[in-house]
Amino acid sequence: MISFLIRRLLWVIPVLFTVAIVTFFLMHRAPGGPWDREKPIARQTQAQLNARFGLNKPLWFNPDAAEAAAARGENIFQQGRAFLDSQFFNYIIGAAQGNLGPSYRQVGREVEEIIMEKFPASAKLGLVAVIFSVVVGIPLGILGALKQNTVFDYLSLFVATIGVSIPSFVIAILAILFMSRMFGVPPIRRPNEWEGLGTAYILPGIVLGLGTMAFITRLTRASMLEVKRQDYIRTAQAKGLSTRAVIMRHMLRNSLIPVVTILGPAVAALVTGSFIIESIFGVPGVGEEFVISITRRDYSMIMGTTLFYALLVALGNLTVDLSYGFLDPRIRTRH
Amino acid sequence: MSTAEAARPFDRESVALLQRPPRSLWSDAWRRLKRNKMAIAGLVYIIFLAIVAIAAPVLAPHNPIRGNVREAGAYRQAAWLEDPNPKKSGTWEYPLGTDSVGRDIFSRLIYGTRVSLVVGFIPMIITTIIGTFVGLAAGFLGGTMDNVLMRFTDVVYAFPDLLFFIIMMTSLRETWIGNLWNGFLLLFVSLSIVTWVGVARLVRGQVLSLKEKEFVEAARAIGVRPWKIVTRHILPNTLGPIIVLGAFAVPRAIIAEAILSYLGIGVKPTTNPNAPFPTSWGDMILQGKVSMDSQPWMLIAPSIAIALITLAFTFLGDGLRDALDPREQI
Repeated sequence: MISFLIRRLLWVIPVLFTVAIVTFFLMHRAPGGPWDREKPIARQTQAQLNARFGLNKPLWFNPDAAEAAAARGENIFQQGRAFLDSQFFNYIIGAAQGNLGPSYRQVGREVEEIIMEKFPASAKLGLVAVIFSVVVGIPLGILGALKQNTVFDYLSLFVATIGVSIPSFVIAILAILFMSRMFGVPPIRRPNEWEGLGTAYILPGIVLGLGTMAFITRLTRASMLEVKRQDYIRTAQAKGLSTRAVIMRHMLRNSLIPVVTILGPAVAALVTGSFIIESIFGVPGVGEEFVISITRRDYSMIMGTTLFYALLVALGNLTVDLSYGFLDPRIRTRH
Repeated sequence: MSTAEAARPFDRESVALLQRPPRSLWSDAWRRLKRNKMAIAGLVYIIFLAIVAIAAPVLAPHNPIRGNVREAGAYRQAAWLEDPNPKKSGTWEYPLGTDSVGRDIFSRLIYGTRVSLVVGFIPMIITTIIGTFVGLAAGFLGGTMDNVLMRFTDVVYAFPDLLFFIIMMTSLRETWIGNLWNGFLLLFVSLSIVTWVGVARLVRGQVLSLKEKEFVEAARAIGVRPWKIVTRHILPNTLGPIIVLGAFAVPRAIIAEAILSYLGIGVKPTTNPNAPFPTSWGDMILQGKVSMDSQPWMLIAPSIAIALITLAFTFLGDGLRDALDPREQI
C-alpha cells in the first residue's frame, strides 16, 4: 500500500511538468509581450523590466551561463543550476515554491496572491456542487434501480440524461433567466452576498453539480442493478435478512465502488466547468478571474491559473485512486 | 451429418424458410436501433439540422451579418411578445427579434447550425481515422509504438481538455495558423489533438483482446498475411465501439466550440456578408448576455439550440451503444 501511495504521489510531478511545458511553449507563441500598454513603454524601461523579471534570459536552457560557471570553477551542481537559469526553469522552480510571478495586467500584484484571494469563493461553490451531486445523485440512482421500470426509474433516468447531455453553461443561462423572470431572483448578485456561505451559492452550485449528479445517478443505478442479481444478495435474502439490511449492508457497499472511481473525472469536470459557471453567475472566484485574464490576454495569469487547475485535477484524481485502493482490496494487490 | 440425412429431399416450403436473407451484424444493429424511439428521434433531428445547415441561405429570412439600420439599438422582442414601444414590439418579420445592430436573430440561429455541425463532425472524422490507425498499429505491433502511445495518453488524460483548448486558442489565435480559414483550422487541430487519443486507446484495447481470439489464430494458421488479418478480421470487429465513441465525440466538440466562442476565443467573427460561417451559437450567447434584460431571446434561442443538439447526439449515441454492443448497458 505504501509503495502504491508513493508511486501514485510521484506521478503527479511529471504530469504537472508536462502541463507546464505545453502551456509555457504555447504561451510564448502568442504575439504581444508583457509590457504592452495603451501608452507604449520606453525601450530602456522595457529592458530594465525584462532584466528585473528575468525575461532577458533564454527560454529553455542557458548554456552560456553554464560555461561561465564552469570557467569560474564552480561545482557541477552550480553549473547545472546555471544551465537551467532560463525563463522556463526559473518559472518552474518559482512555481514549485508557490511563486507564480507578477500579473501582466494587474500591475503590482502577484498571480498566486490573486489566486489565493479568489479561491475561497470557488471552493465554496465547488463544495455546494459536490454535496448536491452526491446527496441527490446516489439516492436517485438507488431509487431508480430498486423500483426498476416504474415512474421513479424513468424520472431518474430522465434527469440523468438531461444532466449528462446538456452542457452546464446552457443550463446556467436558462436557469438565470427562468429564476429572474418567474421568481424575481436578481441575475447579478451584490458583491457582499458572496461573503460567507450565503444563498447566492445555491443556484450556481446546483447548476455546476448537475452534470456530476447525473453521471452519479446513471452509474449508481447501473451498478445497483448489477449487484442486485448477484448470488450473495440471494443468499442474504434467503437467510432471512430484512430488506433494509440487504440494501444497506450488501447492495450499497458493493455498488458504490464504481461510483467512487468516477469521482476523479468528476472533480476534473467540476474544476474546469467552474470557470464558465462562475463567469456567468458572476461568482468572484478563480474561474471568473481566469475568464477575465483570457479576454485581457494576461498570459502570466492564464499560465498560473492553468497550473493551479491542473494541480487541483491531479490531486483530485490522486485522492480518488487512493480511496479506491482503500475501498477495494483487489486494486491494492494489483498495483 | 449422415449421408441418408443429407440425401433426404426438402420440400419446397422448408427450402423457402431456410433461404431467408442472411442477417449481418449491421442489419441486426439497425433493427435494434430502429426499435429505440429516442435514438431515432435524435437521428431525425440531426438530419433535419443538416438540411437546415445546407439550405441556410434559402431558409434565413435576412442576411445574418448585415443589420437593418432602422432596427439597430431597438432590441426588438420575439414575434409573440408585445411591448409598449412599437419599435420593440415583436413582428413576424423578425421571428426571434433583433440584436444591437438590427440583425435578425432567427437568421443568425439558422447559420449557426453550420458551425456546430462542422465543428462536431470534422474533428470527429479526423480523430477517428488517426486514432483507429494508431490504435491498430499499437495493439497489433506492440513494442515501442505501444509504449509511446500509452505514455502520451497518460499525459493527455491528465491535462483537462478544456484548459488545453483555451491555452491553444488564446496563444495561437493571433498567429498565421489562427488566421487560416477564420480560425477553423486551429479549432479543428486543438479539438483533434486531444480526442484521437481516446479512440487510439479504445482500438488498442480491442485489438489486444481480439488478437487472442480463435478466428484470428485460425486465419494466421492458414497463412493469411498480417495486413489482411488486421483489415479483414480485426478492424471490422472494432467498428462498433468506434462508432459509439464517435457519436459521443460530436456533442463534446460542439460544447467545446460553444464555450470557446462564449469566451471570445472561438471562430473569428467576420464582417463579410457572404461568409459561409458567419456566426456560431456560442458567439450568439456571448452577445446575448449583454442584453439579457432587453432581448432575452438573443440568449434563450442559441441556448435551446445547443441543448437540443447535444440531447439529440446523446440519445443517438445511447441508442447506437445499445444496438451495437448489447452487452454493455450503463
